[in-house]
Amino acid sequence: MAHIPDGVLSAPVLIVGGLVSVGLLTVALRRLDYDRLPQTAVLSAAFFVSSLINVPVGPSSVHLLLNGLMGLLLGWTALPALFVALVLQAAFFGYGGILVLGVNTMNMALPALLCALLLAPWMRRVATPRLFWIGAAAGGLGVLMTGVLVALSLGLSGKAFLPAAGVLVVTYLPLALVEAVITGTVVAFLARVAPELLRSPEVSHA
Amino acid sequence: MSQTALLSPRGSGWITVRDPRLRIVAALLFALVAVSLRHPPALLAAVLFAAALAASAGMRAPDLLRQLLALEGFMLILLITLPFTVPGSPLIAVGPLAASQEGLALAVKILLRANAVVLVLLALVGSLEPVVFGHALARLGVPEKLVHLLLMTIRQIHLLHQEFIRLRQAMRARAFVPHSDRHTWNSYGWLMGMLLVRSLARAQRLLAAMRCRGFQGRLYLLDSTHWRPADTALALGFALFLGGLTTLDRLT
Repeated sequence: MAHIPDGVLSAPVLIVGGLVSVGLLTVALRRLDYDRLPQTAVLSAAFFVSSLINVPVGPSSVHLLLNGLMGLLLGWTALPALFVALVLQAAFFGYGGILVLGVNTMNMALPALLCALLLAPWMRRVATPRLFWIGAAAGGLGVLMTGVLVALSLGLSGKAFLPAAGVLVVTYLPLALVEAVITGTVVAFLARVAPELLRSPEVSHA
Repeated sequence: MSQTALLSPRGSGWITVRDPRLRIVAALLFALVAVSLRHPPALLAAVLFAAALAASAGMRAPDLLRQLLALEGFMLILLITLPFTVPGSPLIAVGPLAASQEGLALAVKILLRANAVVLVLLALVGSLEPVVFGHALARLGVPEKLVHLLLMTIRQIHLLHQEFIRLRQAMRARAFVPHSDRHTWNSYGWLMGMLLVRSLARAQRLLAAMRCRGFQGRLYLLDSTHWRPADTALALGFALFLGGLTTLDRLT
């Protein structure tokens, strides 16, 4: 539900979202050199495939956003990776729309960037048993912030959308919980199996 | 999640021979026009056109419906809340709240716009070969580095999806059934972690293979798309249709 469809948001929100996304992508692409392209592509594909998994929560099921985890592992590179995933989802799965692509990218990318800048440096210092909690924080924070940004995009588009925005934030709460548990597990798993994925400055080049 | 051929084009027919750049730009322009429509007649015309286009592009109705369903969760929230928040003449009253006709009309308009855009997007762009889509984006001025990332990601999605199916099958062989509990979430966490570990090894092999072929920090795009007279004709026809839609909207 992080994909806002076309035809909902007002023009100023769409334009601001587009400009912010283009700006962030320009910076991120400048930091990404061709040598690291294969690694980024493979990880971004792994996230894409993981986000297709139906995770049962209570009576229904959810898809994970994974933007917190991407921020932790990829740093700035998470932005083009997220953008590519959103483009593919819009064009081939019909999630979201065309004109809202900028807003949708911004809503996913800003939380990822926050995790990259705040949590990733901390993750490299902390002892291994505690890594689960950093992962959980990244997962929960990524979802909650995206939820707030989606609600803000709606709320700023018109007063009439405010209750809908409220309902949306509530639907994000169970997702945030599950994503926190799963992201924490992934980070703890990687710490034991492939610590270089978490520590190497080449991967998380924040 | 059942599709084995992830991101495979589902279209067929006349649309597949048209220039990919034309299809991307046309979808973009259609979205711009559809979002600016204000009155039901033009909106209905846009949705009907979009559905006809999707049908003629060879998209199968069950696939399309399943993909549109992904949109409707969001739409449902708007449909339920908007009638109560937009002031206007009351339709029905639930307790102290009154649903207004204007709110319902606004919600239906948004519903029509969103569905029209998604249908056209799937028909024109979703029917493209993903690699051709990437090349067309580059020709339309999207930064090359981003396009290369897109192209490599498309290829890797296919490979990693197979890896995922293998891992998932191994879990099923061990009688894993997903429930809403900590065990399931932990197992999925390990599954995703394993996918990431495998993908890291895959990335190292990929870079090594690129180096073997003399990679020097730059990649090239090789494609051969030719703009044909029929593309120009179609572009003109499409522009006329969009102009007609806008005029219809102004007149009503």
